[in-house]
Amino acid sequence: MKGEAIFAVIAILFVASFFYGMAANPDSEFGGADGQAEDVIAEITDGEYEEWTGDSWVNSVKFEPPGGETESLLFALQAAIGALVLGYFFGYYKGKGQSE
Amino acid sequence: MHIFEGFLPSPWWQLWFVFSIPVIFFGIYRLNKLVAEKRELLPLLAVAGAFVFVLSSLKMPSVTGSSSHPTGTGMAAILFGPAIAAVLSTIVLLYQSIFLAHGGLTTLGANVASMGIIGPVAAYVIYKAGMKANINFYVVVFLAATFADWITYVVTSVELALAFPAEVGGFATSLKAFLLVFATTQVPLAIMEGALTALIFKYVIQVKSDALVELNVISESVLNKIKGANQ
Repeated sequence: MKGEAIFAVIAILFVASFFYGMAANPDSEFGGADGQAEDVIAEITDGEYEEWTGDSWVNSVKFEPPGGETESLLFALQAAIGALVLGYFFGYYKGKGQSE
Repeated sequence: MHIFEGFLPSPWWQLWFVFSIPVIFFGIYRLNKLVAEKRELLPLLAVAGAFVFVLSSLKMPSVTGSSSHPTGTGMAAILFGPAIAAVLSTIVLLYQSIFLAHGGLTTLGANVASMGIIGPVAAYVIYKAGMKANINFYVVVFLAATFADWITYVVTSVELALAFPAEVGGFATSLKAFLLVFATTQVPLAIMEGALTALIFKYVIQVKSDALVELNVISESVLNKIKGANQ
């Protein structure tokens, strides 16, 4: 129980820090940090840097999600697959331990 | 923490591949050996991989007004060592760059170096040092996983700063700018990840503690001490 209690406290602090972030950055859309890094690159290079892979073969092997919704779906799918595996094996070990 | 496709100019993206590929191959070799010798540990390997899979899909908002995600590599690094953690991270990064257009194929080498190699190595070193110093197991796991996550983002900043040194001030100025974006955003997320990893390890000890001894993660005596404290 002690471990869960400590985790709960940290989780609550984390959520609180999010609300603090919302208050401190009222205009933010909470976009990805990698997007912000793109802005920093533009700043450092005076906006001169262009991604060099623009229309090379690299982009043709990749699947670009048609929109934000599909992207969320694929991220949810990724989390679901992982959670399924985690739950399955923890359940398996637990059941095995009980039957011994 | 992904560096986008095309956002690392030559020769940096090639150099990071040169750095990452040998480690990945060593990881595959280690993985094959593990599968051949200790087949019964495969489910635990799946758990460690799934943990990376889940955590790296969670994009969470942070105090700085931007979002980022945890890495989940600390657990794999502690259980199986950094080389195998690198292989698991490569699988996740490939999934994200091919199906989600997050991260990139040309920047894969750099992303594997930060998330799959240097972060896990930090976790591994911290874990081994902490256990040697006889600190509480869960505290050590917490610290190792927290720093695996945080150092991943510090390395990403270094990678970008090396490729884009500022005209005035050069590498150091750029590094400061990138650290401001990545490292500060990541602090609360890293702490959260550390706590979650410690919690997961509590369950691993409850249901499958013999595997930890077999993997040389903890010694029998330490395990008995932890179990004794729980009762």
